[in-house]
Amino acid sequence: MAPLLEVKNLKVTFDTMAGIVKAVDGVSYHIDEEEVVGLVGESGCGKSVSQMATIQLIPTPPGHITGGEVIFEGKDLLKYRADSDQMRSVRGGKISMIFQEPMTSLNPVFSVGDQITETLSLHLKLNRQAAKQRAIELLEQVGIPDAAIRIDNYPHQFSGGMRQRVMIAMALSCHPKLVIADEPTTALDVTTQAQVLEIMMDMVKRYHSSLVIVTHNLGIVARHAQRIYVMYAGRIVEAGTSDDVFNNPRHPYTIALLKSVPRLDEPRGRQLVPILGLPPNLIDMPPICAFKPRCPLADKCKKETDPELRPVDDNHFVRCHIDAKGEPSGILSR
Amino acid sequence: MESSQDNAFLEVNNLKMYFPVTQGIFRRKVGEVKAVDDVSFKVRKGETMGIVGESGCGKTTIGRCILRIYRPTAGQIIFKGQDIADIPSDKVRDLRRQIQLIFQDPYGSLDPRQSAGSIVGEALKIHRLCRNKEEYRNRVNELFAMVGLDPEMTNRYPHEFSGGQRQRIGIARALSCSPDFIVCDEPISALDVSIQAQIINLLKELQKKLGLTYLLIAHDLSVVRHISDTVAVMYLGHIVEITSGEELYVNPLMPYTKALLSAVPIPNPSVEKKRERIILKGEVPSPLNPPSGCPFHPRCPIAIPDCSQEVPLLRQIFPGHMVACIRV
Repeated sequence: MAPLLEVKNLKVTFDTMAGIVKAVDGVSYHIDEEEVVGLVGESGCGKSVSQMATIQLIPTPPGHITGGEVIFEGKDLLKYRADSDQMRSVRGGKISMIFQEPMTSLNPVFSVGDQITETLSLHLKLNRQAAKQRAIELLEQVGIPDAAIRIDNYPHQFSGGMRQRVMIAMALSCHPKLVIADEPTTALDVTTQAQVLEIMMDMVKRYHSSLVIVTHNLGIVARHAQRIYVMYAGRIVEAGTSDDVFNNPRHPYTIALLKSVPRLDEPRGRQLVPILGLPPNLIDMPPICAFKPRCPLADKCKKETDPELRPVDDNHFVRCHIDAKGEPSGILSR
Repeated sequence: MESSQDNAFLEVNNLKMYFPVTQGIFRRKVGEVKAVDDVSFKVRKGETMGIVGESGCGKTTIGRCILRIYRPTAGQIIFKGQDIADIPSDKVRDLRRQIQLIFQDPYGSLDPRQSAGSIVGEALKIHRLCRNKEEYRNRVNELFAMVGLDPEMTNRYPHEFSGGQRQRIGIARALSCSPDFIVCDEPISALDVSIQAQIINLLKELQKKLGLTYLLIAHDLSVVRHISDTVAVMYLGHIVEITSGEELYVNPLMPYTKALLSAVPIPNPSVEKKRERIILKGEVPSPLNPPSGCPFHPRCPIAIPDCSQEVPLLRQIFPGHMVACIRV
């Protein structure tokens, strides 16, 4: 079966005063029907930009999608202009997005009801009465008490967790095939975070949508995602099922990332292993592996070329010349 | 209660901090926000006390009371045998030489127009800790080296540094007058994942080397547990559980602590599948109008009618493990 969304060799650049930033540099991934996929990486690794590019939300200028294909339901979305009718019917209708900041992504001068009904009347062509009825139903589904009254409230009258629920209701209002959640809970408190994620997962399941969770939080991905893509410096460096990536990570960056975060369930005394140095400057990328300057295995790697994403196991891909699996763990925990 | 012979370095007794809520042009007082309500704990020398809780639970307010940025409404803060809760404002500056603060936001907490060296050295001048310029320069260089920055960089400005380096500058500034107690208010939450471990390790290393005592305020349970010897869990101005870092994960007793722990995902899918997930209903009530009795009872899965009657006292269940819950 063809995947729901297939992105091939996507490239996005930004023109800046200092030069051209290669924010996304040849990213390929796919998402199957009703699948939950995690996209992890640090800030600036291109995880959000790659998602914005798939639905052409990159501000141009300074951003440009310079290459690649985004195949969704058999059609290449990048063939459409960003402001074309085709693209508009995809955006919000078939692919919708949940953003990090629920305050800035909701319009403060319209009631939440107005904002949900807008998508409903636009994409599903519902009349006002039906749209309002549906909006109340959606708000109830995401657990907003007294939805019939709250629908006329404005975003500032909701707490952060509530606003994010409104965003979830809005994103799922038109039964999208795919929901992209960009750091959906980063601005929220831990218990609210767990609440909101649980609601999001329920809603996605209820409407048979696929979900991409973009986050820097490895735990969230481990809890909810079936498959994972790890990004570094505008590229995917490791891809696989979440069991494979977490239990048997093969890229030195993934391994290092997992060793650098404290875990609740481990003995308290463990020394954290930080990743030395800083992520590379995306303007002036050396032609070698982008992680090499920080890589604990760099001494062992003799190759001066850029590695390709290659399979190391069934459905497990790594962009590294050496397979970190066989390496004694001592090297990575020096 | 234990006697004072186990030598608490810092002892907080029944600390209360209420903020008035005013209304109208005469700023008539119409209510109070009980940000910190009857909180007591002890910190021993050389140890780290962690305070966790969600936003608005009063954890930062405790830190600010200890630093005497706020004058507490009631209660004692005994620091090295002296009650500092009520000392006059002109003595506070002297106190700040011994108690310092590391801020959350490495971008907002450094003056963009001051060079890194002068940010770190400012306190040395204010407290007149250096006799001459050479001594000052040496001390600033030493502080830079201590936090892992190149002393050559003293003339640079904050915008030339990365987030992690800026946080190091903030730490060097806090260390400048050789304090023995440091309040770290969310020291790593603004940093990238791969940088967080660097700062955590630096804080631990400095503690060992300089014999520092920390009060670590954070919302990230896994980080707090990792660094802290003792962890206090706060909810709506109250401490609801205090225990050791080890006990916290293995044997949490208060229902809120359990919920908080279960909300933190562990980066391993096999572990995650086996964990029990407690999803709390509703939201944290407003501190302006807190619920009667136990602050957590409206959301508590095991609440009984008695829970709404009286505020439960923090009582010892096991040695060193205190819980404020009548159902435990």
